[in-house]
Amino acid sequence: MIIAERKPLDAILGMMTPYHKVLVVGCGTCASVCLAGGAREVAMLGSLVRMTRQTNDEPIEVAEATVHRQCDKEFLLPLAAEVEAADAVFSMGCGCGVQLLAETFPQRRVFPLLDTKFMGVTLEPGWWAERCRGCGECVLDRTGGICPITRCSKGLLNGPCGGYRNGKCEVDPTVDCGWLLIFDRLKELNELESLRAILGPKDWSHGAFGQPRRVVRDDVRTSAEEGHV
Amino acid sequence: MTLREALSSGRFVVTAEAQPPKGTAVDEALQQAERLRGRVAAFNVTDQQSSVMRLGSLALCHLLVERGLEPIYQVTCRDRNRIALQSDLLSAAALGIENVLCLTGDHVSLGDHPQAKPVFDLDAVTLLVAARELTQGHDLTGHELAGTPRFFLGAVVSPCAEPVEPQLFKMEKKVRAGAGFFQTQAVFEAERFAAFMETARGFGVPVIAGVILLKSAKMARFMNQNIPGIRVPDDLIKQMEGSKDKEGTSAEIAARLVRDLRGLAAGVHIMAMGWEHLIPRVLEFSGLPAPAEAA
Ligand code: SF4
Ligand code: SF4
Repeated sequence: MIIAERKPLDAILGMMTPYHKVLVVGCGTCASVCLAGGAREVAMLGSLVRMTRQTNDEPIEVAEATVHRQCDKEFLLPLAAEVEAADAVFSMGCGCGVQLLAETFPQRRVFPLLDTKFMGVTLEPGWWAERCRGCGECVLDRTGGICPITRCSKGLLNGPCGGYRNGKCEVDPTVDCGWLLIFDRLKELNELESLRAILGPKDWSHGAFGQPRRVVRDDVRTSAEEGHV
Repeated sequence: MTLREALSSGRFVVTAEAQPPKGTAVDEALQQAERLRGRVAAFNVTDQQSSVMRLGSLALCHLLVERGLEPIYQVTCRDRNRIALQSDLLSAAALGIENVLCLTGDHVSLGDHPQAKPVFDLDAVTLLVAARELTQGHDLTGHELAGTPRFFLGAVVSPCAEPVEPQLFKMEKKVRAGAGFFQTQAVFEAERFAAFMETARGFGVPVIAGVILLKSAKMARFMNQNIPGIRVPDDLIKQMEGSKDKEGTSAEIAARLVRDLRGLAAGVHIMAMGWEHLIPRVLEFSGLPAPAEAA
């Protein structure tokens, strides 16, 4: 899922300063699961904002709505009336949600309330960790199911650098060396020999470094338009 | 005699370091190198070591070549993508630089511009592949070159890393990717290096062992706690602690190590960390006879 974190309250109040009636839109999917922008967080932030503005003698009306997910227009369209009634819209979805809201309702300013962090997993309640950088050409089959691009701080493809110490990476003693994890896993699987193959140079043109990417499935699409971004 | 010739002749090779300045004041680095003329085979010119922004390795290598001193051009994958790396390698060849040491590079977060975007488009293995392709007359994508460079390619390995097995795995890949010599992270225990060489020798490529001049017990403890792959044994720390003549003791320790490494390594790479003036003494104490032999 996509992991995000709410922006600090001061930053949020700053963005809201010019407005008197705002709509805060939560997202019931990733942002909700990572406890950043689901219905609960929307309600909590709503009260916080109302209270603070009241105390400052600058009352504000905060309407709240949480949709199933913000990255599909069908869930956003029913918000039309509430969007219309607000001076501005504040999204508690990831960056994709914020943008689709803005695309769907171009007449309203849409602001982000979350900082979108990464694609990751829940390790335990309250602890999320990055697992995929969306490189566009997965190599997990070669590396024992552990991503070298994400779990190695340098994204190395051919084994560890000389920077590990006590199993940890040179950049941070609380971060496991991804390559030692890969090495151990392949050893356990009795597949160490497969590491001898030289991987790369990787084709980064499939990664998040160039033009915006798209996936178009003609077997699923309904419109006949050229697939565009 | 070039580094390549020295290594293939089988003589025990000594290399040292030349650190580009933070700024344009290159005189000190050049004078230091000058003082070691004839005593070391080549100078490793670091590539923004520890991710601290400095004058480029290529420029200092060029200045050494101009003075008839032999550089080892260190190239890391940290700051340049494959286009820039290949281009710089061609530039190096055009400037008469032959020895290239291909490294991954430290992470940017360890240096003085931790906000920078790290590159790591290639890694040390694929950088070697790229450099070798250039020597075969074409670039990484197969496009032909007008004028083919000649390189003596090297790589690094950390023989005292724990675990060492992944290092050996990667070392073997580097050999297959074109590494013709290795230089190592600092070694303090010849026995550990000997154990590493039992496997590494099989790769058939000369290994130059890293030797750091200890400056104090404090520095040794700091390295033990912070520098991956370095282990200074307690007795050496005690020796430094009890010493009234730190430089003398440091040179003695290093000399003893060089002596012990003589039968095991193809040479030593001395990292003097500012005590370059001790290098001749270390070589003398170690019984490496004439500067002529080391030259
Ligand atoms: S290899 Fe690429 S797609 Fe696969 S997990 Fe890593 S970043 Fe994601
Ligand atoms: S220490 Fe391990 S995780 Fe960190 S950069 Fe080196 S190989 Fe990657």
